[in-house]
Amino acid sequence: MSTANTTIVADELAAPATTKAIPKKKVKAGEPMGTSVGAALSSPLGRAMVYVLMVLWTVPTFGILVSSIRPEVDVKTNGWWNWFIDPAFTTDNYARVLSSSPGNDNLWHFFLNSLQITVPSVILSVGIGLLAAYAFSWMKFKGRDWLFVAVVGLLMVPLQMALIPLLQLFTGGAHFTIPGTTFTLTLIPYFHLKSSIYAVWIAHTCFGLPFCIFILKNFVSSLPREIIEAAQVDGAGHATVFFRLIVPLSVPAIASLTIFQFMYIWNDYLIGKIFAGTANIPVTAKLAEVTGTRGQSWHLLTAAGMVSMVLPLAVFFALQRYFVRGLLAGSVKG
Amino acid sequence: MSLAVVIAGLAVLGAVLAALYGLGSLVPRHLQEGFRSWVFLGPAVILVSIGLLVPAIRTIYLSFFDDASKKFVGLDNYIDIFSGRNTRLTVFNSFLWVVVGTALTVIVGLTIARFAEGMRAEKVAKSAIFIPAAISLVGAGVIWGFVYAGPPFNNGLLNRVTSIIPGLPTSMGGDGQRIWMVERGFGPLNPPQGLPGFNTLLLIVIFIWASSGFATVVFSAAIKGVPEALIEAAKVDGATDRQVFYQVVLPYIRATIVTVATVTAIGGLKAFDIVAATTGGKFGTSTIANEFFVTKFVQGRNGLGSALAVLIFVLVTPIIVMNRRAQQRAEEMMGA
Repeated sequence: MSTANTTIVADELAAPATTKAIPKKKVKAGEPMGTSVGAALSSPLGRAMVYVLMVLWTVPTFGILVSSIRPEVDVKTNGWWNWFIDPAFTTDNYARVLSSSPGNDNLWHFFLNSLQITVPSVILSVGIGLLAAYAFSWMKFKGRDWLFVAVVGLLMVPLQMALIPLLQLFTGGAHFTIPGTTFTLTLIPYFHLKSSIYAVWIAHTCFGLPFCIFILKNFVSSLPREIIEAAQVDGAGHATVFFRLIVPLSVPAIASLTIFQFMYIWNDYLIGKIFAGTANIPVTAKLAEVTGTRGQSWHLLTAAGMVSMVLPLAVFFALQRYFVRGLLAGSVKG
Repeated sequence: MSLAVVIAGLAVLGAVLAALYGLGSLVPRHLQEGFRSWVFLGPAVILVSIGLLVPAIRTIYLSFFDDASKKFVGLDNYIDIFSGRNTRLTVFNSFLWVVVGTALTVIVGLTIARFAEGMRAEKVAKSAIFIPAAISLVGAGVIWGFVYAGPPFNNGLLNRVTSIIPGLPTSMGGDGQRIWMVERGFGPLNPPQGLPGFNTLLLIVIFIWASSGFATVVFSAAIKGVPEALIEAAKVDGATDRQVFYQVVLPYIRATIVTVATVTAIGGLKAFDIVAATTGGKFGTSTIANEFFVTKFVQGRNGLGSALAVLIFVLVTPIIVMNRRAQQRAEEMMGA
C-alpha cells in the first residue's frame, strides 16, 4: 500500500465512522443500505453475528462495572446478573480500594503514580521524537538514511531484549573491565535511579522513541517542501523552521501520537513493575498485585479494576477518533 | 514534587540543546548543518542506543553465560529451554498464542468490519469491539476473571451459562487462590492434569477480546478504501455478495490483513500481562514472555532469562520476514 493510500485511510477514519459522513460516497440521507460497499457486504446473518459479537465484547466489562457497585455479601454469594433482580447499590468498594488507611490498597496513590509516569514519558518520547523526525526529514547530514533505517529497525526488537541490561544500568551504572587486567572503566556512572520514577521515564522514552520517530517522520516529511524552502529563503534557520512551522503544522500527528502513547504507557505493566519500585508502581501493577493478594476479595478487585480503567476509557470516549488515527498511522504503513 | 522535577528537567534539556545549537555558529560553515543535525538527533540517538541497542546486544552476550554472568556456558541456556518439560510446554503455549490468537483476531476483525459496514449500528458496534483496546491487559485479565470464576462464590458468568447446558460440569475447578482455572480436567475429553491447551485457550480468548478492536478499526478503514468501481464492476459481472467479499475485497486489503496479523502475532508472542494477571503461569499456562519474567525477575537468573529474551527476538524475526514477503507479493499483485 502506498503512502498516499495511508493518508486517505487515516483521513477517512478521522471522520466519524459512519459511511454517511464520507462525502465522496454520495449516500442519500435515509438510504437504508448505506454505500454500495456496505450493501455488497452486509447480510441478515452477518448483521446477527455483529450483534452477538457486540454483546460478547461488552458483557464482561459491564459485569465488573455492576459488580463494583454491589455490596460485598452479594458479590460473594451470586453473580452480577442477579443485580437486576435484587439491585443494591454501594460505594463501599470504591471507598475501600481508594482509602490510604492501613489494610487498604490506597489505589488513589497508585493512580497518581500512573499519571506521574505517563505524562512526562509521553512528553519526552513525543518531543524528542519530533526533533529527530525533523532532522531525518529536512536536515542534510551524512548517513541520514541508514541511521533512520537503524532506528526504525529497532521497532523489531522486543523490549524483553533490553530489560535485563537496562535494569543493571539503573542499579549500578555501566562498567567495563579491560580483559586481562583489573582495571575497570566506568562508562556510565551510577545515577541512583534504582527503583525510581525517573528510571521508568527513561525506559518508556527509550522504548517508545522508534515508534514515535517512525510516525512523526512519515508526517513531517510529507509537509510541503515549498513552505519550508520559502522560510529558509527568508533567512529562517532550522530552529526557527522547527518551532514556527513544523510544530504548528504537525499538531494533528502530534495529537494522535500523544493520545496513542498516553494509552500505551498508562496501560503498561511490565516496565512499571520492573523499574518503578514498590512505592512508585503504576496502577496497573498495583491491580495485578491486588489480583494476587486479594484473590478472594472479589468486591475490591472489581472496584480496583474500574479505577485503573477509568482514565483511559474517558480519554478513549472523548478522543476516540484521534486514538484511531494514531493506530492507523502505525499499522497501515507504506 | 514530580511536576517541578519534570519542568526543571525539560528546561535543562531544552537549554542544553539550545546552547549546543547556538554553538553551531562557531563551527565552520560547511559543517554547520551536520553539527546542528546532531543537536536535533542527539537525544533520540543517545536514548535509543543506551536504552535499546546496547542492552539488546548485551542480552545476546549474557545468554551465553551462566546465571551469575560469570562463566561462559555456550548454548547451555538454550538447550535448557528445549530440554525441560516445563519450558517445552511454555514454547508450545506461545505457539498457540501466536497461531490461535492471531487467526481468531483476524477473523473477528474481518467479520465486524465486513458486516458492520453500512449497518445503522455501525458506529456503536465498532466502539463496542474497540473498548477493550483502551483497557490494560491486566484489567482485561481481571474482567475475564469474573467470567471464568468458579466456586465457592458462584459468580462466574461462564459457569452460570455452562450449568444451564446439561452434560457440562457446573464447576471449573481451581486451587483456592485462583478459583477459575481448570486444574484437573474439563468436559467429555477430561484431559489429565497438565495437559497443554485448554487453560491456555481460555487465556487466548482474553487476548482476542483485547486485540480485535484494533483489527476491526484497521480492516474497516481498508474496506472503506476499496474503490467502489471495482465492486460495482464485479456486481455487473454477476458476482454474489459473498464472491465480492472473497474475490474482490479480501485480495484488495491483503496487505492490511498481513500487517494486522503481524502486529497481533508479535503481541501474542510477547504475551505476559494477561498471564501474569490471571494464572501467574500456573495450570500449564506459562508463555515464553511470562517465563522470561519469572526466570529473571523472580528467580534472578540472568543467563536463562537472557536466553528466553533472545528466543522471543528470534521468533519475532520470521514473523517480520513473512510480513515483508507477503507485503511485497501484495504490492506486486496491486501493481499488475
